[in-house]
Amino acid sequence: MNWMAIWVTVKLASLTSLALLAIGLPIAYWVTFSKWRWRFLVESIVALPLVLPPTVLGFYILVAIGPHSPLGRFYTELVGHPLPFTFEGLLLASILYSLPFAVQPFAAAFEQVDRRVIEASWTLGRSKVQTFFRVVMPLSTAGLVTGVVLSFAHTLGEFGVVLMVGGNIEGVTRTVSIDIYDEVQALNYAGAAKTALFLLIVSYAVLLVVYAMNRKVWSAWPQK
Amino acid sequence: MAAEVAIDITKTYPGRAPIHGAIRYPLDQATSMVLFGPSGSGKTTVLRSIAGLEWPERGTIRFISRTWLDTSARIRVTPQERRIGYMPQDYALFPHYTVEGNIGYGLGELSPPDRAKRVAEMVELFQLQGLESARPRELSGGQQQRVALARAVAPRPQLLLLDEPLSALDASTRIKVRGDLRRLLTQLALPSIIVTHDWTEALTFGDVIAVMGAGDVLQVGSPQDVFSRPKNAQVAQIVGVETVVEGSVIDQLNGLVTVGVNGTMLRGLGPEPVGSQVLVCIRAEDVVLEQAGSGMTSARNHLIGTVTGLTPQGVMVQVMIDCGFPLAALVTRGALEDLTLRVGSKVTAAMKAGAVHLIAR
Repeated sequence: MNWMAIWVTVKLASLTSLALLAIGLPIAYWVTFSKWRWRFLVESIVALPLVLPPTVLGFYILVAIGPHSPLGRFYTELVGHPLPFTFEGLLLASILYSLPFAVQPFAAAFEQVDRRVIEASWTLGRSKVQTFFRVVMPLSTAGLVTGVVLSFAHTLGEFGVVLMVGGNIEGVTRTVSIDIYDEVQALNYAGAAKTALFLLIVSYAVLLVVYAMNRKVWSAWPQK
Repeated sequence: MAAEVAIDITKTYPGRAPIHGAIRYPLDQATSMVLFGPSGSGKTTVLRSIAGLEWPERGTIRFISRTWLDTSARIRVTPQERRIGYMPQDYALFPHYTVEGNIGYGLGELSPPDRAKRVAEMVELFQLQGLESARPRELSGGQQQRVALARAVAPRPQLLLLDEPLSALDASTRIKVRGDLRRLLTQLALPSIIVTHDWTEALTFGDVIAVMGAGDVLQVGSPQDVFSRPKNAQVAQIVGVETVVEGSVIDQLNGLVTVGVNGTMLRGLGPEPVGSQVLVCIRAEDVVLEQAGSGMTSARNHLIGTVTGLTPQGVMVQVMIDCGFPLAALVTRGALEDLTLRVGSKVTAAMKAGAVHLIAR
């Protein structure tokens, strides 16, 4: 088994879910509570990675962060090296690719929070930000866990985007799914089988957590 | 500037008739105003606009010297800055906080010891001892209502807003809680605005009553004004109780109460003790008219009076009678002819004790 690839993958998936927690919460809050009539434009953009072929998404990201784009040039000037084919570039691509897997469960959870409870908090003098952390988030924990876990699992298995943006650099951007592809290309089926089984088990474990959370199998747990 | 509440707003929801709320009344220390009307009349929208939870597209809301909303001057004070206590219809307690956590939620500006002290005061005032660590879902309806009220008044708001405070309770609890709530509001000495569709609640709580129907405020006045002297047929139909007069309990025997109203004795049913002040409420349709001096009936009340006015209402006629106090009766045109009633005629008005509703004030 290629432990280096596993390490790169787990690091990428963890950082992606963490970043999506930070970016996804405000987006989900806005999508849930905005009264803007063109809100669906933003919702559609967030959901785009669900239907777009990963190679298409990867291609656009590659062009957008490449040395010929203003963004790419700015990054190169700032850091000293271009963004494509680095771990940071791969992380950026993963965040965009998994965005709907975090934002949609978050938004669905926020939607379930009783508006009257939120309003009660406002009338008691608590600002919208305080209300978010004291009322909205604690009442959406299952949705928050689902979003984090799903974006983690989704990043574990990404292939097309990684290949387009990250390339296949050992120890930097070679993830588990690319490693399996390489092993199969080299006709090393035994190596591929071990890594594939590892990915299968991790993915299944992650989904167990999600479904168990939403069925409230742990409702006997003390609630805060 | 005199202390008063002045509201004049228009709020439109897509596909519905606009809601106009125009209410103005002077504010004594603890005036409580009841927004009264059938469901769908717009009273909750007016209350939510006062709370800052709805933004009317046009209008002004002024509370004493502060302007909370003035659309022409682009003034929009947020609910956080209005210092109100708001209790929505289903209480909206925080399910993830304990009773203490709920009550202390709005006390963020106090130091922890002061907050604990205030919460303890509220627990005692609202008789929630022993439930401090309970979650809302473990409480009965009446307890939830007390927690919601305690949470609303704990930060010492300058105005208390209650949306149908008793509607989530079952009928038997409601009557007890109604009296408790009335006493608490008096004790708290807080100005309040209360939304209700129940006329007994309106008369229990209201110093001022604003009647709403079909999106408009139809009449604003004292309980007697609004109930006994409705401005038009629409108000009369909404309030549904034509006679509301003040009286005091003179005798109480096994739930049969004798009330003196301006020298006239009336028998009603109720638990009110001797000496208490009550509002006596009689629906015109419950009053039976007899020729003066006719025989015995099962009705406990036989009042002799003089007809002072006749107002046709469709197939019925409303007869106003002076029997020490103004009493309204509703009879058919045929009955009116049989009794040969006209202004100045003597008549006996009879009603069962159960039709004489007493509301403690």
